[in-house]
This record gives sequence, C-alpha cells and structure tokens, in this order.
Amino acid sequence: MAVPILKQSHYLIATIQSALTDADLVQLRDALADKVGKFRSRGVIVDVTALDVLDSFASRTLRDISYMIKLRGAETVIVGIQPEVAFAMVQLGIAFEDVATALDLEEGLLYLDKKQKLGQHGSQRGF
Amino acid sequence: MAASVGFEAETEFCIAVNSDNDLVAARRKGRVLAEQIGFSGSEATLVATAISELARNIVSYAGRGEILLSTVGNGSSIGITVIARDQGPGIADTRRVLEHGYSTSGGLGLGLPGVRRIMDEFDIISAPGLGTTITVTKWKRR
Amino acid sequence: MTKEEIFAEATSVYDNYVEALETGTFEALQSYSRNLSERIIPRGVQTDEVVGIVLLLRDVLARSLFAKYQTDFRLLNRILDAYEPAANRIANTVAVGFVQERERIIREQQEAIRELSTPVLQVRERLLILPIIGVMDPQRARQLTEQLLRGIRANRARVVVIDITGVAAINSNVANHLVQTVEASRLLGATVIVTGLSPEIAQTLVNIGVDLGKMNTVGDLQGGIEEAERLLGYKVVPLTETTQQV
Ligand SMILES: Nc1ncnc2c1ncn2[C@@H]1O[C@H](COP(=O)(O)OP(=O)(O)OP(=O)(O)O)[C@@H](O)[C@H]1O
Ligand SMILES: [Mg+2]
Repeated sequence: MAVPILKQSHYLIATIQSALTDADLVQLRDALADKVGKFRSRGVIVDVTALDVLDSFASRTLRDISYMIKLRGAETVIVGIQPEVAFAMVQLGIAFEDVATALDLEEGLLYLDKKQKLGQHGSQRGF
Repeated sequence: MAASVGFEAETEFCIAVNSDNDLVAARRKGRVLAEQIGFSGSEATLVATAISELARNIVSYAGRGEILLSTVGNGSSIGITVIARDQGPGIADTRRVLEHGYSTSGGLGLGLPGVRRIMDEFDIISAPGLGTTITVTKWKRR
Repeated sequence: MTKEEIFAEATSVYDNYVEALETGTFEALQSYSRNLSERIIPRGVQTDEVVGIVLLLRDVLARSLFAKYQTDFRLLNRILDAYEPAANRIANTVAVGFVQERERIIREQQEAIRELSTPVLQVRERLLILPIIGVMDPQRARQLTEQLLRGIRANRARVVVIDITGVAAINSNVANHLVQTVEASRLLGATVIVTGLSPEIAQTLVNIGVDLGKMNTVGDLQGGIEEAERLLGYKVVPLTETTQQV
C-alpha cells in the first residue's frame, strides 16, 4: 500500500497508515527523494505511529531516507515511534544516532521550524 | 533433516514465507499468539520483531521457507517458540553470523545477533547445501 | 469467621472430601481449594488453620471408619489402605492450593512495590524526573525503561532527568539497560540527562564501551534540572529579579 505524501508549505509529510512491506518502504524512500527535489521542500516528516514493528530493514530504510533528503539539502524527522517499538529497536541493537526523531507530528513540525531558523549554522539535535 | 525441537510443542501457526509480503502476516500472527498467552505489549513487540528478522533472512538468502509458531510450557512458565526454516544455501560458519555487523549482503548484520539478544533461547542448525533451521524461544516474564 | 461461615465451609470441605474419595478425581477439590484460598487469605487466615481443618477432617473420617469396621479387621485394613493415600492427597491438594495462592499474592505485591519504587515524576510541563533508588537488577531496569517510555509519551516529555544518586553500583547488564533507556527515549524524541553518576558507575559504563562524552551527564539533580530547563527554553532568574518584575 502506497504511503500518501502531503505537501504543507515547504514541508512534506508522509503518514504511514498501516504495516508496510519492504517494497512499500523502498517506494516511499524513492517518492520522497523525488518530491523533495520537485517541490524544493526544506523538510520532511515521516510519521510512523501506525508501525508496530521497526526491524533492521525498516530502520535502515528510514535512515537512508534521512541521508538522501539531506543530500538534497533538506531535513528529515521521524515522528511517532511507539514506546514498545523504541524498546525493541534498541534491544535489537539499531543505532539511529544520526536520524532526528520527535514525539509526534506537532513536535516534528516544531523541530523543522527551529532548524529553519537556525539555518546552516545549527547542528543541534533534539527538538 | 533430524527433528531439532527437543521438547513437546504444538504448532499453532505455519506461515509460508515466499516474499517480503509474507513478513507482515508472520509478524501479526506472532503478535496475536504472544498476546493470547499473556505477553505484555513490549514482549509481544519483541517477538514480532524477531520473527521479522528471521523471515526476512529467509526471503533474502533462501528465497523461500517457513515460519512455525507455537506456544511452549515447561510446567511453571509459558513461552513462544519460533522456528524459521528453509532449504536454502545454508550457512558455513554459524558462529560467525552471530557476530554483530557480519553480513554477506551489505546489511547491518544485526539481525541474528539482535534476535539472539531479544529472545531467551537461540539455536541454529545449518550446513552448506542443507538449509537453515533457527529455533528461538521467549518465555513470559513473571 | 463466624460460626455459620465455619460450619458452611466445613460442610463444603467435607462434601469435596467425600467426592474426591468416591470419584478418585481431584479437579473439583483443586478448584474448590483455590477458590477457598482466594476468599480467606485476604482475611488473614493462616496456613496452619487451613491445614488444621483438613487434617482434623481426615482424622474424624478415619475414626468413623474404625468405629464402623472394628469387628472386621481384614475389611478395615483394606479400607484404610485405600483411604489413607487418598486422604493424604486431599490434604496435600488443599495445602498446595493455599500456598500457591499466597505466593501469587506476594508476587503481585512485589510487582506493586517495584512500580512504586521507580516513580516517573512530572515536575514541569514537558519535563520528567526519574529518581532511581536502591538496588538495580535487570528486571527492575527493564520495568523502569518501559515505565519511562510510556511516561514520555503520556506526558509528551521533551526532557527526562534520570537521577541515579541513590544507586551505588550496577553490573554491566544493568549499565547496558541504562544506555538502552537513553537511546529509546531519544527515539521518542526526548533528551535524557543523567545525574548523580558515581565514579564506580561511570567506570562500569566506560567498561562496556559507552562514550560518556555522548551521554548527557550533569553532576547532581539540581544541576540536571537547570540544564533541562535551559533545554526547554525556560529562563532561570534569581528570586529578587522575579519579584521586581511583578
Ligand atoms: N536463512 C539463511 N540462509 C542462509 N544464510 C543466512 C540465513 N540467515 C542469515 N544468513 C547469513 O547470515 C548473515 C547474517 O545475518 P543477519 O540477519 O545477522 O544480518 P544481515 O541479514 O546480513 O543484515 P541485517 O539483518 O542487519 O539487515 C547474512 O548476511 C547471511 O550471510
Ligand atoms: Mg538479516
């Protein structure tokens, strides 16, 4: 099932609606990379609230999304990781070190806004 | 191949794994079974995550195989056993694949070591040309 | 217990007893004794009282058998051969049922105490404090992580201060848990500040390969809260200044 991508001013918001197959995830990655270029977006939010498992493949793909978007000059923030999922991810040994995360959509937007204000100089992580 | 399960277990689900589409169903069945026997939400998530890693390895390295899910009991506790088995190329060095970061596919190489960490019991039987059977169990926390 | 209750209870123990003897099956007795335990344990009935009643019943029944068959020794012997093991098994079933129920209650209480001993406190909007006191074992560490993660989500916390001043030492297992907790919190979007790290615990962390430079640590709880407030964008002003502003 394809993930809908919404354009909201200079941000893109991808909200995952249900469990995804690997192919869906890869498709999301490519669609986001494509759209960021097309719309000259400055930030991307991927909302994973609906995912009840984030295994090594999904984590790696989310990290890839973040890298690819960065290469196109924009920021990515992953929002909505569930407590149990976060717990399983760290137990599995997934290092998500250079991927920005926020609690939910609202916090994700705040994070991106803040990044915009800080401009190129800010390298601060968090919110 | 000789039976690899040394205890009485009733297979509750057998899920054919032929493509990454089957992973979703395998994870879901694992979660349902885990919750049925009273696992907490985070324990069930761990079981589902382990199933996902094992099933994906089947798809990536053997092409096809199956996941067997069953509940097990040893008198005082209850748990879930996941058997991931395929007739693929097998693994020559079963110790090596348990090292964090070892991968022949450019992956992160954290699937198997991660599964071993999140499950309570881990057993791997494999030889080149003979396929791979990985049996893992998670006991319910009291 | 009132007299009526004791009588009613003794009657049903007797009925179950006789049923077990007649049918040779213990299911009904087992569920009865579980049910009995559930009812009487909260009232403070002790193990010896319960076992006492069952043993008394056993002896009373044995005596009645003696009285009835004392003229026919061979028959009496055969009856006792059948009766004694069965009666002992009955006593056993009831006692085990009782003890198991008590153990279950104790486990539940331990669980509750553990929950209480790791409180997740919200001190400010978006700021949680987790003071850890006492001995850390893997089970407690895991529980703490789960509680904290749920707390972060429920309170929409952005910063968490984990204070471990009250923890003397931890083993590498628990140290790993601590690191995982910090990582998992970050996945939910919260920043973790660890305060009160003793030199021993710091050493344990270094030993398992933690880069302390990457971990947000502040000397004491007070300093940790100040740092958290700074991160949250609160401006900490001296009291006099605030009063002037009012
Ligand atoms: N079912 C299997 N059949 C054959 N080889 C396997 C099988 N499962 C795992 N392997 C081998 O073990 C290695 C390690 O597996 P592991 O799941 O730990 O890492 P990965 O799959 O390479 O990467 P990741 O899981 O992090 O994406 C694989 O690279 C592969 O060579
Ligand atoms: Mg793998």
